[in-house]
Amino acid sequence: MPESDHSRTALTRMIAARHLNRVGGVLQALREVVLEQGHIERADEHVVANVFNLSQAEIRGIVSFYHDLKTSPQPPVTVKVCQAEACQAVGGRAFTERVEAHLGVELGDANERVALEPVYCLGLCAQGPSMMVGQRPVARADQCDLSHEIGT
Amino acid sequence: MRLVTRNRHVKVYVPLDTSAVAAGADAVAAAFADAGAEVVRNGSHGMSWAEPLIEIDDGGRMAYANVAAADVPDLVAQRGGHPKCIGPTADVPYLARQTRAVFDRAGEDAPLALPKSTVLADCLEQAPEAMIDTIETSGLRGRGGAGFPAHIKWRTVFDTPGEQKYIVCNADEGDSGTFADRLLMEGDPYRLVEGMTIAGLATGATKGYVYLRSEYPIAARIFQAALANAYDAGLLGTDILGSGKAFDLELFIGAGAYICGEETSLLESLEGKRGEIRVKPPVPAIAGLFGQPTLVHNVISYACVPAIMTNGGDWYANLGVGRSTGTMAFQLAGNVRRGGLVEVPFGITINDLVYGYGEDTRSGRPVRTVQIGGPLGAYLKPEEFDTPLTYENMMALGAGIGHGGLVVYDDSVDLAAQARYAFEFCEVESCGKCTPCRLGAVRGKETMDAVIQARGEGRAAEDKLAMIDDLCEVMETASLCQMGGMTPIPVTSAIKRFPEDFRP
Repeated sequence: MPESDHSRTALTRMIAARHLNRVGGVLQALREVVLEQGHIERADEHVVANVFNLSQAEIRGIVSFYHDLKTSPQPPVTVKVCQAEACQAVGGRAFTERVEAHLGVELGDANERVALEPVYCLGLCAQGPSMMVGQRPVARADQCDLSHEIGT
Repeated sequence: MRLVTRNRHVKVYVPLDTSAVAAGADAVAAAFADAGAEVVRNGSHGMSWAEPLIEIDDGGRMAYANVAAADVPDLVAQRGGHPKCIGPTADVPYLARQTRAVFDRAGEDAPLALPKSTVLADCLEQAPEAMIDTIETSGLRGRGGAGFPAHIKWRTVFDTPGEQKYIVCNADEGDSGTFADRLLMEGDPYRLVEGMTIAGLATGATKGYVYLRSEYPIAARIFQAALANAYDAGLLGTDILGSGKAFDLELFIGAGAYICGEETSLLESLEGKRGEIRVKPPVPAIAGLFGQPTLVHNVISYACVPAIMTNGGDWYANLGVGRSTGTMAFQLAGNVRRGGLVEVPFGITINDLVYGYGEDTRSGRPVRTVQIGGPLGAYLKPEEFDTPLTYENMMALGAGIGHGGLVVYDDSVDLAAQARYAFEFCEVESCGKCTPCRLGAVRGKETMDAVIQARGEGRAAEDKLAMIDDLCEVMETASLCQMGGMTPIPVTSAIKRFPEDFRP
C-alpha cells in the first residue's frame, strides 16, 4: 500500500475515533472525512465501519443517502447555484444557464477546476438569485461579475 | 477623513449574518475600520432588501441601506445627508410597524454579546407544570409547518417516563422562501439557547440538540461560539446559574438532505443513520431520539418561549386572531422589492405583506401568484390576498402557512413549470422509503413533461392531467410523511387556480 494511502486511512481512523462516543457520531465522522479529505473512498468506509463496529453496508447506506457525502474526488472549487422557488422567481433558471456557459460546465457536472452543483435554498430568498462559492455566499448573483466572483 | 467625533470613535454597526455578508458586508466593515470607526458586527434586522444595512451611532443609530465599501468616504463626510441614509433605525417603517416578540434583540448588538435577560433565572424557580400551563395559556403552536399545539407535546414529554428525555431543535430550514431560523441563529443565538433550556426545565429533559443544515455555515459558526459562551456564563451545563439544575446543548450539522426537516427523519439522522422517515405513531414525544421521550420543535417555536415566559401566556394569547395566537415571523421572498423578515401578529393579509411591506414586485411587473409555506405550499391568486393569515383561513383555502415563507412571482411565471418543479424537487429529496413518494414524484414529473410538450404543440393533454389528479390523490393519502403527502399541494393548487397554464 503506498505511503499516502496509509496516511489517508490513519487520518480517517483518527477522525472516526474522535466521534465514536458522540450522538450521531458516525454521520459526523463521515462529514468530517469529506471536509478533511475531500471525499470518501471505499477504504474510508472500511475504516469507519471498523471503528464504529458497523457493517460496511450500513456505512454505504449512510454515505449514499446524503448529498454532502461525496465519493469521488472533487475539484478545488464548488459553485452551488440555488434552484429553489424564491430564486426561480427572480430569474434563477436564466442565471444558472449563464453560469453554465461561463464555466463551460453543466449543472451537476464538474471539470478539473470547478464543480457546479444545484442547491435547494441558501436562505437568501429575498436577495436572489443566490449562489455559494466554496463557503462564501453571494446574493443578487445576477448582478455580480462572474469572472471576479468565481474565476473562469 | 476619520470617523471621530469629539475625540471619540463613532460606533458603526455592520451585520455579520449571511444576508449581509452575501451582499458584501465584510468589505464595508473593513472600509469603516480603515476610516477609524469602532465597528460592531451585529446581527441583521431582517431588512434583507437593504443589506448591507449599516448603522452609524453617534448618539442615536442612523440606518443606511445597500452600502458598498466605495460609499464609505462619502457616508462619513455627509452622514444624514447621504442619499443612502434611510433615517433613524427605529423609525424605518418596515421595522417600526412590526411587533417583535422573537426578533426584538436581533440586530441590536453583536450576536455573541450576552444579553441582560432574567427569563432563565425566573424559570429556574418555577415548577414544570406551571411553565407548561403558561405555554398552554399562550396558545403557542409549532412554527415549523404543522401548527400543532405546543403544550400538548410539552405535557406528553413531561408525563411520559423515560431514562433520558431530549429537547431537539429542527434547524434544518430547507423550505425555499424561508430564512427566519437562520436570521435568529445568526442574530440572537441566545434566544434559542434560552428557549430550549426552558423547554428542558419544563419537561424534565437534560439534553438538547440543535440539528442545523449544512447550507448555513455562518449560522453554525455563530451558534457554536454562542454555546461556548453560554457554558462559560453558566447558562448551560450541570448547574445552571447555580440552581443545581442541568441542561446540556449540542450543535449537530446535517449532511445535505431536505427530508431531514421531517421530524422523524431528523431523529434518524441525529442517531447517525440514513435520514429515512419513521412510521408514526409512536410520536417523538413518546418515543423519539433513541426511543426516549423527545420534544421536537423548530427554531422559531423555541424562540417564542422566552417572550411568553417573560410577559405571560395571556399577553401572547392576546396577540393574533382566534386560535392563531401570537406573532408569526413571515418571510417575504422571491420577486418582491422589499423582501425580508416581517414579524407581526397573525391576521395580517397577504396584500399588506406583499404590497405594504414588500412594495410590489422587484421586476415592476404585476404579481401573478404567491406560493405560501415553502415547496410543499399552495400557489394562491391575487383575489385571495385579502385573506387574513391564520392557520384556519389558510387551511380553508387548501393552503398552509408552513414556516411562514411567501414567495412572490410576477406575471412571467409559468405555473406548469412550477408544478413540474414540485415533482422534481420531491424526486431529488424523497427519502425513498415509501412508494407513493419515491415513484409518484418521478411519474408526476414525466407526466407533467408530457403536458408541457402537448401544450407546446397546441394540444391540451386532458388525459395526462387526469392522471396527475389520480397520482396526487395516491401521494396525498398513501405517503408515509408530508414530503409525498404534500407535494400534490403546489401541483393541484397551480392546476386549479391557473388552468390556462396547462393548456395551449
